[in-house]
Amino acid sequence: MPVEIMRAPPSELPITIADASVRSGGVTILEGISLVLAPGAPTVLIGPNGSGKSSLLRLAMGLLAPTSGRIMWGGRGTTAGDRRAIVFQRPVMLRRSVAANVAFALGRGMLARRAHADRVAELLDLVGLSALGARPARRLSGGEQQRLALARALARNPEVLFLDEPTANLDPAATKAVEDIIVRVAAAGVKIVLATHDLGEARRLAGDVVFMVKGRVRESAPAKSFFADPTTREAQAFLSGDLVI
Amino acid sequence: MQTGVSAFDLILGGDPALYAIIGLSLTVSFSATLLAAVIGLPLGALLALVRFPGRAVIVVVLNAFMGLPPVVVGLAMYLLLSRSGPLGFLGLLFTPEAMILAQAVLVIPIIAALTRQTVEDLWVEYRDEMTAMRIGPAARIGALLWDARFSLVTTLLAGFGRAAAEVGTVMIVGGNINGFTRTMTTAIALETSKGDLPLAIGLGIVLITLIVAVNAGAAAARRLGEIHAG
Repeated sequence: MPVEIMRAPPSELPITIADASVRSGGVTILEGISLVLAPGAPTVLIGPNGSGKSSLLRLAMGLLAPTSGRIMWGGRGTTAGDRRAIVFQRPVMLRRSVAANVAFALGRGMLARRAHADRVAELLDLVGLSALGARPARRLSGGEQQRLALARALARNPEVLFLDEPTANLDPAATKAVEDIIVRVAAAGVKIVLATHDLGEARRLAGDVVFMVKGRVRESAPAKSFFADPTTREAQAFLSGDLVI
Repeated sequence: MQTGVSAFDLILGGDPALYAIIGLSLTVSFSATLLAAVIGLPLGALLALVRFPGRAVIVVVLNAFMGLPPVVVGLAMYLLLSRSGPLGFLGLLFTPEAMILAQAVLVIPIIAALTRQTVEDLWVEYRDEMTAMRIGPAARIGALLWDARFSLVTTLLAGFGRAAAEVGTVMIVGGNINGFTRTMTTAIALETSKGDLPLAIGLGIVLITLIVAVNAGAAAARRLGEIHAG
């Protein structure tokens, strides 16, 4: 009887970004970024609007190519990995039901039909949308859409999940619902990399903080030490509520 | 007034000749629209998603072909299907099948061009999500066509309207043979030239009513679908 050898999928972590810059149309979007995203507690990117947080997420996701420098996933210089997922700041809902949105993200042929339905139900339960499976996705509230986007992103069992301002424009109750899911997902071993300009959210979720200004990483430290003793003038100003331009 | 009454008499009296013409017209136009949809929908979606040298030229030509003169298409199809033409061996000239093919040629550019625009607009919205989900090209096309289905109903209606209202092409390749290839539009043209206005008016009323009914039905289906699927 032939023995089937199950090979574990290659790991995406650590993600190593080495002196990476991104320029477009003569504009520098990211400059000299060097960063290692390792397994563990959530890494939170903070900084003022336009500091490059979203672009850094896209770079680490493999959606944006560096103009110079390099990026490696799990020690491999390739974007071929399939265990990264991202939730955009304004996730687009497909014009179908809530359940069908998740089913689409699961993809075809990955699971048997029965397992497919079970997995959709499991994911909707995780994000608290079980009762809304048949509802058109575009009719959900902003908070519900964010939770559906999370379920969709989790459909492919990511090892690392990038979240771009996942609670922007949400009320406190919806924010708490989304953050609770993030905490549960992180506790399950998924590496969370989250961009936000909400300092309260950063304090609640961060294990590590990456502080960015004008496309550069100005400071990178464990959350506790960053919030207690920021080393750069910009970070001190940002934490004290001053405008950092 | 007299002609108006006579026209309604024909419609309400269940005149077999009138209803045979109506039946053939609907069969030909629906079949042509279906054939054009099978070709035009994926063609439009491909042009929306795939970049290749010469694509811009094809898009311009496709848009221009939305206004193809029916008599020119009829002439081209006649030359293709006539006994000495390259497709003459099929023996299709002056048959309903020839009329379906000719109308499909008229409708394909309409469906393909409008589909391209619709899918391209939706792709702008979906691109980031589908790229992040690593959805392959074939699945992208299928998903975009499915999610644009309510907008594409309007596209198909535009194609059906063009086919149903068209007279020049079917006149040339169908021959307007009584009881075999006579459609509402060719019959209206013929009866008007003969001075038989009651039948012409009756057919005109039926044609407009049918087009309005098909559009109303499709609009209702679209509305219901949007409520159901978002």
